[in-house]
Amino acid sequence: MATEFHNLQELRHSASLANKVFIQRDYTDGTVCKFQTKFPSELESRIERTLFEDTVKMLNNYYAEAEKIGGQSYLEGCLACLTIYLIFLCIETRYEKVLKKISRYIQEQNEKVYAPRGLLITDPIERGMRVIEISVYEDRGSSGSSSGSSTTSSGR
Amino acid sequence: MKNREYQQIDPQALATPTPTPPPRPLPEHKPRRARRRWEVFPGKNRFYCDGRMIVARQSGVLPLTLGLILLTSGLFFIFDCPFLVKHLTSCIPAIGGVLFVFVIISLLQTSFTDPGILPRATPEEAADIEKQIDNPTGSSSSYRPPPRTKEVVINQQVVKLKYCFTCKIFRPPRTSHCSLCDNCVERFDHHCPWVGNCVGKRNYRFFYTFIVSLSFLTAFIFGCVTTHLALRSQGGNGLVFALQASPASALELVVCFFSVWSILGLSGFHTYLVATNLTTNEDIKGSWSGKSGNEDVGNPYSYNSIIKNCCSVLCGPMPPSLIDRRGFVPSDDSVQTSPVEIELPAAKNDINMCTQGTKGLLETASRSPLLTSSCPQAKPQAVLEPLPEIVPEPPKTPHKHHSHHRSKAKQSTHHTPKTSNSSPRPHHSHSSRRKDSKNRDPKFSSLR
Repeated sequence: MATEFHNLQELRHSASLANKVFIQRDYTDGTVCKFQTKFPSELESRIERTLFEDTVKMLNNYYAEAEKIGGQSYLEGCLACLTIYLIFLCIETRYEKVLKKISRYIQEQNEKVYAPRGLLITDPIERGMRVIEISVYEDRGSSGSSSGSSTTSSGR
Repeated sequence: MKNREYQQIDPQALATPTPTPPPRPLPEHKPRRARRRWEVFPGKNRFYCDGRMIVARQSGVLPLTLGLILLTSGLFFIFDCPFLVKHLTSCIPAIGGVLFVFVIISLLQTSFTDPGILPRATPEEAADIEKQIDNPTGSSSSYRPPPRTKEVVINQQVVKLKYCFTCKIFRPPRTSHCSLCDNCVERFDHHCPWVGNCVGKRNYRFFYTFIVSLSFLTAFIFGCVTTHLALRSQGGNGLVFALQASPASALELVVCFFSVWSILGLSGFHTYLVATNLTTNEDIKGSWSGKSGNEDVGNPYSYNSIIKNCCSVLCGPMPPSLIDRRGFVPSDDSVQTSPVEIELPAAKNDINMCTQGTKGLLETASRSPLLTSSCPQAKPQAVLEPLPEIVPEPPKTPHKHHSHHRSKAKQSTHHTPKTSNSSPRPHHSHSSRRKDSKNRDPKFSSLR
């Protein structure tokens, strides 16, 4: 069943979407952006648990860094207040800088870890920071329909 | 079956080798203009400047607020300032000017900023949540309550997350659905008709700046006008003569006198909310006030330090906008440009290429028949139908929500008379809202 994809281009050309797995938010620390690190059963046959958990933990760290309330955010906040927040129109906030880092990280993870396994992570910002959407692809070859059904059956 | 349907499209997709983000070059030479996301936004909002500014559909009394502020300040600068500059100091118009600028800019920012609207769930997400509700995975509570709620423990407090039937998500903590705007808003405070927008996570600091600077401005104008009239009526002329000499001051006096109490009261109330890290919604509902004699209930979001609470609410990092307003709507509703307001550079476009991947290819495939066909209406349907997963039917969503809108329209028409009836004087509604909090409960409880 393990279909090997070598890169994202091949994923695009020969794969079809089989399933989507959603990693929900973890609200135990309040309203900060943090995702559950519980390994979903649908991915058990597709990727190693440690790789998945590392990705989610890294994303959680990035979001914690973006939302950290410390010296720099106070400075930014006070400066913004003095300029009646017009400064938000001119400069890029720390949050936006971290979001760019997150995009780059997700792209890198997709290229190196997930695409070779037929998976694709969608940046949470495109889902309103509610979920990490992982698209599961199946090889659309001669065994397309059969492997699709086997994925759905193994997904349960 | 799904795989076979994708195979129908893929051969065409292979003909287009370059998977650049599709909608960008298209609007120039296709017969139908590519629409921006704000044009198909499901909530009840209005957009200006091609999606750069967002406001509630009912502008409420925002024009009245602006008009009153501009009128009173204008009269002050024209009629009172010359006299006061001559007799007192020229700092007065300077201070007044600074306060006026603060008030207007923070008002416009409050009105036109996205308050923290949560985008609605994609169909796949909604289906996944439905599956979890029917088969609880054990992350929810031990028993299955009939209404759709999920319990989470935050800071040793049990918090119930409600399911929003309109947005098809479990609302994050402190998020509430505004029936007037038909959106779930993060850290929902209240829907302010004076400002014509919801007050939530992203624009609370603008709102707070607005009411604080407005209370300073009204108090300042009130003081200056009183001084002006007092100085004029000195020398044995009397107050009547002073009022006759400067009739505009009478109007300013009346407006400021009635405004200053309510605005000052509102500022005080919100200062208390900021210091305790509460929202108006939570305060009115009494979520953490220990109702039913439960002593252990406390605000789980508070840092238990006034300074830290103030700093986190007012000086915390500015969260990005989660709704994508200016991205283009492809034939399906898949991932698009970044929702943050400042355009990201090539890194984001790379993400588009990578994460869109197959979807992007499928979009180009669906578009190319549109370009070449003579009847564009027939083709999209033929293309859209085989893609039940990727296409969440943007044309259908308005219809789906029509029933919601109809039922909510009744509620919203119910509400607007209430707000207008409760405000005999323009600025009194806030204080009356606070005082009559018990009467207001039905209104706020309807703000699911």
